[in-house]
Amino acid sequence: MIAFLLKRLGLSLVTLWLLSVMAFAGAQVLPGNLGRAMLGPFADQRAVDALNHEMGTDRPVLVQYADWVSRFVVGDMGKSYAYRTPVAPLVTTALINSAKLALVAFLLVVPLGILGGIIAALNAGRPVDRGLTIFGLSATIVPEFVSGIVLILVFGVWLKWLPISATWPNDAGALTQVYHLLLPSIPLVLVLFGYIARMTRAGMIEALDSDYTRTAILKGLPHHTVIWRHVLRNALLPTISVIATQTAYLIGGLVVIETLFHYQGIGGLIFTAASKKDFPTLQAGVLTVGAIFILASLCADLLYALLNPRIRVGGRE
Amino acid sequence: MNKPADIGAAAAPPDALAIEGLLVDYRVRGRLRRVLRGLDLRIGRGASYGLVGESGCGKSTVAFAAMGYLPRNGVVSGGRVMVDGRDLMDLNPAELQKLRANSVSMVYQDPGRALNPSMKIGPQLAEAFEFSRIGAHDAHDRSVAMLRSVRIADPLKVMQRYPHQLSGGMQQRVCIAMALANNPALLILDEPTTGLDVTVEAEVLDLIQQLRQDFQTSILFISHNLAVVAKVCDRVGVLYGGTLVEEGTVGALFNNPRHPYTVGLLRCLPARGRRKSDGPLEAIRGSLPSPGAAITGCVFAERCGLADRTCRETPPPFFDLGGGHLSRCFHHDQQVPRQTPSTAGPLPGTDRQSAHPVLAVENLSKTFNAKSHPLPVLRQIEIALGPGETLGLVGESGSGKTTFARLLLGLLEPDAGSKIALDGKPLATRLSDRSLDDVKALQIIFQNPDSALNRAHPVRRIIGRAIQRLSATPAAAVLAKLHELMKAVRVADRYLSARPRQLSGGMKQRVAIARAFAGDPRIVVCDEPTSALDVSVQAAILNLLVDLQTKHQVSYIFISHDLGVVRYLSDRIAVLYLGRLMEIGLADQVFEGPHHPYTEALLSAIPSQDTQRIRLSGEVPSAVSPPSGCVFHTRCPRKIGAICEQQEPPLHKIGSQHAIRCHLSVDQLAHAPRGAERAGRPA
Amino acid sequence: MSVAEPEIAAAAAPVEANERRDRLRQVFRSGTFLAGLLIVLFWVFCAILGPAVVPYDPYADDLLNALMPPSAEHWFGTDQLGRDVFSRVIVGARDILTIAPLATMISTVLGTALGLLMGYFRGVIDEGISRIVDALLALPTVIVALLALVALGPSSATVVSVIGFTFAPIIARTVRASVLAERELDYVFAAQLRRENAFHIMFVEILPNVLPPILVEATVRLGYAIFAVASLSFIGFGIQPPSPDWGLSISANYGLIGAGYWWTVLFDASAIATLVVAVNLVADGIQSALDE
Repeated sequence: MIAFLLKRLGLSLVTLWLLSVMAFAGAQVLPGNLGRAMLGPFADQRAVDALNHEMGTDRPVLVQYADWVSRFVVGDMGKSYAYRTPVAPLVTTALINSAKLALVAFLLVVPLGILGGIIAALNAGRPVDRGLTIFGLSATIVPEFVSGIVLILVFGVWLKWLPISATWPNDAGALTQVYHLLLPSIPLVLVLFGYIARMTRAGMIEALDSDYTRTAILKGLPHHTVIWRHVLRNALLPTISVIATQTAYLIGGLVVIETLFHYQGIGGLIFTAASKKDFPTLQAGVLTVGAIFILASLCADLLYALLNPRIRVGGRE
Repeated sequence: MNKPADIGAAAAPPDALAIEGLLVDYRVRGRLRRVLRGLDLRIGRGASYGLVGESGCGKSTVAFAAMGYLPRNGVVSGGRVMVDGRDLMDLNPAELQKLRANSVSMVYQDPGRALNPSMKIGPQLAEAFEFSRIGAHDAHDRSVAMLRSVRIADPLKVMQRYPHQLSGGMQQRVCIAMALANNPALLILDEPTTGLDVTVEAEVLDLIQQLRQDFQTSILFISHNLAVVAKVCDRVGVLYGGTLVEEGTVGALFNNPRHPYTVGLLRCLPARGRRKSDGPLEAIRGSLPSPGAAITGCVFAERCGLADRTCRETPPPFFDLGGGHLSRCFHHDQQVPRQTPSTAGPLPGTDRQSAHPVLAVENLSKTFNAKSHPLPVLRQIEIALGPGETLGLVGESGSGKTTFARLLLGLLEPDAGSKIALDGKPLATRLSDRSLDDVKALQIIFQNPDSALNRAHPVRRIIGRAIQRLSATPAAAVLAKLHELMKAVRVADRYLSARPRQLSGGMKQRVAIARAFAGDPRIVVCDEPTSALDVSVQAAILNLLVDLQTKHQVSYIFISHDLGVVRYLSDRIAVLYLGRLMEIGLADQVFEGPHHPYTEALLSAIPSQDTQRIRLSGEVPSAVSPPSGCVFHTRCPRKIGAICEQQEPPLHKIGSQHAIRCHLSVDQLAHAPRGAERAGRPA
Repeated sequence: MSVAEPEIAAAAAPVEANERRDRLRQVFRSGTFLAGLLIVLFWVFCAILGPAVVPYDPYADDLLNALMPPSAEHWFGTDQLGRDVFSRVIVGARDILTIAPLATMISTVLGTALGLLMGYFRGVIDEGISRIVDALLALPTVIVALLALVALGPSSATVVSVIGFTFAPIIARTVRASVLAERELDYVFAAQLRRENAFHIMFVEILPNVLPPILVEATVRLGYAIFAVASLSFIGFGIQPPSPDWGLSISANYGLIGAGYWWTVLFDASAIATLVVAVNLVADGIQSALDE
């Protein structure tokens, strides 16, 4: 198992490195002349050159990249062009905000999704299953801003049960924060529910149809024992990996929700940076989001390896 | 069929299993398809009953019906199933669970999948005792005792293992232990040894016989393999198309079969010692009815040589032939005509003794590099094949026979120093380096026809493409050659536009054979070509292979685990064990002896042999760390001593065509009594 | 001399011919599939014939009638510039139903080619491309699209290419998995033994057998493409004004919902929702047809 994990770690590092190259290339290199891109086509050439020199973008590309990476790993993410402040605190604050929203959504959707999948699988083919599947299918594909808008209208404007902006007052306690985060988290729950429920259902059905479940039933064990002891632990294994990888989406993919609900998460930070052509912030944000995903998927693999005896214990004597 | 017991008679324990007029349907896409048509079966206390049939006959359905475990789309449309005197229909779920825990158990094929991969063996085994309400400690003790009774040497260690850490044979023993834990009245075994190596299969069968005596359990043994059933059971029933067509004691059925299907089945197996020069095997024409097909009259009528109008219109009842022998045939007293003339005369002599072998393999080795552990799969194989000759390659799992086939074909690259020569000229080891002529000359027929044919292509394209690529046929003549090939393999032209899924297993294999012969090959590797086919279809394919060999003077390398078939087909035989060539010689020489101890054990493991079984202890060692010296020494019943552990024996030539790799001399091999030295150690 | 053997007539399973018909019939009997199909067809109709059919010019301002609630003259009310919302919703189908399918087609073709290459050759090619794919998939699609659009400048053409390229790896993954499984089947070895070249094996032998999962994946991707285009339009990096595109309209008007002008966004939102759900139901129907 150690060998397996080391290999995964190695691969992750490679992926992370590739990601840094892509983020760097995308942000710094693609727009061409950075100074020109920021100052516009009519600016004076000397001003452009001066800006390029100040930003360091007149150096060779590889030097720029090496410089950026070496500083990034120690926490220095450069300076934001738009705000003229260090990027790192911006990223950190945004990340914490995103994490809070992600946590609320996660705590809601994971139990619901797994439960939904289990119920659907145990009633496979019957109306309950069909209903849950259709619901999951539909909920997952509706863009977050669409469901968000409807929710805002219903719960925020008409019923006035929940606040329509996720920004809470500065001294708000944990509960108030959660209160503000509920409405924005519901579209996320809807999107992920279908996905998690479907994975769980598939895993359950495969476990239910397997030979070892048949053995357990034919041993005369009562149905609930069979499900609890034999089916679940095999069925949920693939679901766990899937859930871990969804954290990337929950952390970084919420640009739309953050825009809709006026929330300062990292998705929004990246978006603003993109709009303002604030390349250091853009790079840093993108790499952070990617790194979190890679970390999450490494944890998912670790968890899977721990829970799967075939990997944990190894082969035949 | 049986008179109900008189009320008030002595309370004899009820039959372990009594099935009366059972009708089972499956609902497929809204339609009901009948799978069991009025089955009557009775297994008394302590009796052992074998149910024999080919695919689609419904035998697994019988097993599941006996456990009350039909799949969701299965419907019992009539009849009764009584287990241990209780009617399954009358039971509520709780009672059914109790019945399954205490009265009836099942063991099936593929033990690896029957065990929960996430649970250790110990807890899984202890679960069997849940209903007995004994404490955890007692459950543990009894589990250990059960493992010992299935002859597992180190029960405590095994209890701590996960299923994937055990070999196939061990897994099956564990399953058997679980099944017998509560001393059920009935034990159902559904193809329990299919998929296991021959020697392991023999061990498991021995175990079942022993356990039968120890536990007095009734057994329902389901298999497609007549020989296996004959070994373990007292009575046999033959199932065809969901109906029992004949039933009787093993002796009666095998010596005096009275139903055309049984007769056909027995005839199409290569019986002991039968060789291809004795004539073709008897094949049963037609093919098996698809499960759920609607049939009027006798289920076997359309394939039967004796069928007449009555047979096709009225389903025949059981005729009692005395002594518990029953036959469901109107013509049970008539001789069944042979469908294949057995007196076709001896095969024209093939040029086997020619000085020029068509294939010469020297020092062929292959080592896989898996994760820095070199895996030696084949070591220094040396073989010569004459034109028109068949070399049978025998070996169990891990022997390297599939790798050998791949190496010959150029699909894998051998280690340096390996030499392969085709017609005296060296053959490039990589497929891409070979000339077109060389590629044409060496073709293969795969084991699984479903995998061997591209399911998206019609037959016309499958064979036609091979003709285009491999033969020098000009475009205009391709169609003619296509028809010629189809005729040679006896597939009607109307199937040219069919796709593989529309063909039966036997037909698919014929198409595969046609494809292999498209380029007029010199050598065809047959990799278990009939293993995936039903018995009644195998014979026709084997006959076809012999036929083509005679016509085209093709050499075969015939890989199989079925020694009877190998003996029938082969001129020479090579025995592989863990990648080493253990013995090679003419078929008669290898079968009659003197032979290598491993060959001896293999031969004794054939269920139909009457010879004393030679038990091989343990399992085939892992190829990653093969035993030192002679690789067989860990299991050899005739191990001499230290020399076997230290020195690998060379391949001794004994006689002009026979070679054996063993430290024992020819005299010692020939004269020491067989089976005298059992390894003694329990498996 | 060949041995005379009785003509072996095979029972070519007659079950097979009917099976396909049964399966198709079952699919079409599925209420959800039919509903989905109908809705999709409805929107396609709107996309093609919309401009000819709508009561008002979707681009025509009418500031005097701005922000009127739904009424007999304006079924869906009017927006900030007095434009008829109903007409805009109907015509709004056009852009998204041009861009999303196009992007899906590009991603399917690219992804299939990529998946075939990776799955068939394995080794270095597979490892190398897999690493790049992994890195790309480490980021949420929206972010990747955003990055690309920032660099290239948002326009319909760039949106099509960007979504096409970002979805290609996802399809490539599915195709690769199927190809890896197919590759182990014996007919591939048989083809190699006929000295077929790699491209023949990939495209003539293997591809027809992996088409069913590709078809399902493509239909699902279409739903996600619509999802992505709508979301990108909402944040301003997708379809550009003055298109009556739904995402764009919502983005322009959602600030107003606090003040009670719900009709300016709700109908557009419903349009998006019905279209994506319908596409997914069709995909689900296709998948169950191919599963059996």
